[in-house]
Amino acid sequence: MNYITGYYTTKFGELWDKSLFDLVEEAIIGVLKSTNLERKKIDAVFFGNMLAGVLGNNLHTTSKLSEILDVNIPVFRTEAACASGGTAFNLAKTYLDANSNKNVLVIGAEKMTDYSPEEVITALSAAASGEEQEAGLTFSGLYAMMANFYLEKYHYTEKNLAYVSVKNHYHGTLNDKAHFRRKISIDDVLESAYVSYPLKVLDSSPISDGASAIIMSNNLNFIKKQDYSVSVLASEIATDTISLKSRKNIDEILATKIASDKAFKMARIKRSDINVAELHDCFSIAEILAMEDLGFWKKGEGGQKIKEESTKYGNGGNLIVNTSGGLKASGHPVGATGIKQIGEIFLQLTGQANNRQVKNAKYGLAHNVGGSGGTAVVTILSS
Amino acid sequence: MVGIVSYGFYVPKYRIRTEEIANVWGKNPEDVKKSLLITEKAIAGVDEDSLTMAFESASSALSDVKVDRNKIKVVLFGSETHPYAVNPASTILAEFLGIEKNYLAYDTEFACKAATGAIISAQALIKSGYSDYALISGSDKGMGKTHDTLEYTASSGSVSLLLGKDDLILELIDFESFSSDTPDFWRREGIRYPSHGGRFSGKPSYFYHIEESSKSLLKKTGLKPEDFAYGVFHMPNGKFPVQVAKSLGFSFGQIKDSLTVNYLGNSYTASALMGLTAVLEKAKTGDLIFMCSYGSGAGSDSFVLKVTKNLDKRRKQFLKTVENKQYISYPTYLKFMEMI
Repeated sequence: MNYITGYYTTKFGELWDKSLFDLVEEAIIGVLKSTNLERKKIDAVFFGNMLAGVLGNNLHTTSKLSEILDVNIPVFRTEAACASGGTAFNLAKTYLDANSNKNVLVIGAEKMTDYSPEEVITALSAAASGEEQEAGLTFSGLYAMMANFYLEKYHYTEKNLAYVSVKNHYHGTLNDKAHFRRKISIDDVLESAYVSYPLKVLDSSPISDGASAIIMSNNLNFIKKQDYSVSVLASEIATDTISLKSRKNIDEILATKIASDKAFKMARIKRSDINVAELHDCFSIAEILAMEDLGFWKKGEGGQKIKEESTKYGNGGNLIVNTSGGLKASGHPVGATGIKQIGEIFLQLTGQANNRQVKNAKYGLAHNVGGSGGTAVVTILSS
Repeated sequence: MVGIVSYGFYVPKYRIRTEEIANVWGKNPEDVKKSLLITEKAIAGVDEDSLTMAFESASSALSDVKVDRNKIKVVLFGSETHPYAVNPASTILAEFLGIEKNYLAYDTEFACKAATGAIISAQALIKSGYSDYALISGSDKGMGKTHDTLEYTASSGSVSLLLGKDDLILELIDFESFSSDTPDFWRREGIRYPSHGGRFSGKPSYFYHIEESSKSLLKKTGLKPEDFAYGVFHMPNGKFPVQVAKSLGFSFGQIKDSLTVNYLGNSYTASALMGLTAVLEKAKTGDLIFMCSYGSGAGSDSFVLKVTKNLDKRRKQFLKTVENKQYISYPTYLKFMEMI
């Protein structure tokens, strides 16, 4: 069994005075301190990052991590768009499954705000199919098509979507590392400017900087000495067509369904056992689709269920979703997101989530999506 | 005491409404107006540029004082849209104003604070005895790329000040400057439109520099925000000056008369000086005015000015003058800005 023993994240936001590797270094120092792990005791490093090559002309980041850490161990970088962090975690777990008595460092990081919105949107669009890019589709456009189809098929309105952002912004107020820490109302969402109809500014996650890091281990001697640990019950990846046009259904993300079915089977628990979940709400519609595709809600019910606000912290629901604020309020430094999601579940399952601590949380799930659903990673943790 | 002897302003008569631009780009005009607090902006005609506008404002400044123009031995021209990359506009301005040749002239550039920096240089030249008077012009035909936020804000206008040591309308009590290498807004040689760092031009740039410059001057002078009748801050949009004034402890009442950006836009180098011009229409003898400019790149100059009884003799009618306007369409705007 593999265990997560420590987590550290930088603040997410417009961190203009910090470079990508300043953020990486802060996350590494933070997580090593929290676990009292000497850097020489790390056996391998897995780094989730999407844009350093495209935006910063910084490839071979694995060597840069070697320089920061002052070690000569294997370092791997993973890229799967916004699921880069989740895939780094998955590969780290696979590495531990194949090697006993090892400690690994998993980092996700992204530096986005040094570039113009046009440059960042163009770079992010590299994660979409070439044909759809040529047709002028951005990610907001792709998710807007999914939202339009969903709202029309199940007879919902933009107001149903707005409940996702209102909840996640409330959770963001409880997270001192979140990009946005202000409450918003349904009217605020509905009155915000359209990005791509029916999605508006306040339906959309922001461009953020940030880095998050985790220590995972199967070294029992090390784990025994740790103050906190959670077991990794499952981490499953599934992929699907990169083009939205090639999918059978666009009111679902098939990769999420496949990855979650495999993960629950591997973890040997039921959907109803999950107490906390971090879902990939890059746009408000994405959280509703995820709740359905993960099997928490039936297909088509999400628009109504979200209005009941049972997944909001403090409402006494059995499953609380995106206590970090989600991508919407916590921010979305794309490579860091997948690690932050797992880290948030770690905090919840070890009772370290402070003023957003979900009582008696035993099982947690993290759901990380790349692109419009070309990759999905589902991770299940247990206290 | 060195200070301002007279002032003049020029605002071209053409205006384009925020709605006119927003509608072209499919934006909700009300959203844009709510975001920027700008309803319309002033646009120079196709036959106007920063130099012609400077001539207008400088002529106005010199029109109501009997000054021997040969005693103006300093002519400084601040702009970020100089008509020439190489060839001074300050000498053309002086020539057209009839200032004789025994003078020091140079053009200054520091984004929107090119003219206030020139004021600081000029007051030193007067104090040193080099010249009795100095003419400073801040003038811009501000350009913003189409479909950029700047398109709603960048405007045209000019303000000129005659500095001297006698017969002052405004005493220059003290000043302070604060600068750093902060590239929030720039335009490279040969590139037509400025680039900017979006929200980076806010907190670490505009707010940081204005706050540091202002706090430093308040500390130096021992004055508090409430001691001032008026506050004037550089106006890249309608929100920033209100926010920075509040953070420094100035009330909205102290700055509201200076907010020319709401109806004229941001005339770059002339922006803060235009706010001062608006305030001078109402200011009374003995009033203290706090003025703070901001130039991207970045720096901020702050000034404490005191109104003398001479202002009544040289007070300009501002609001009524800028009400003389003519609205233009988006294509006409593009033509006037020589974008088509």
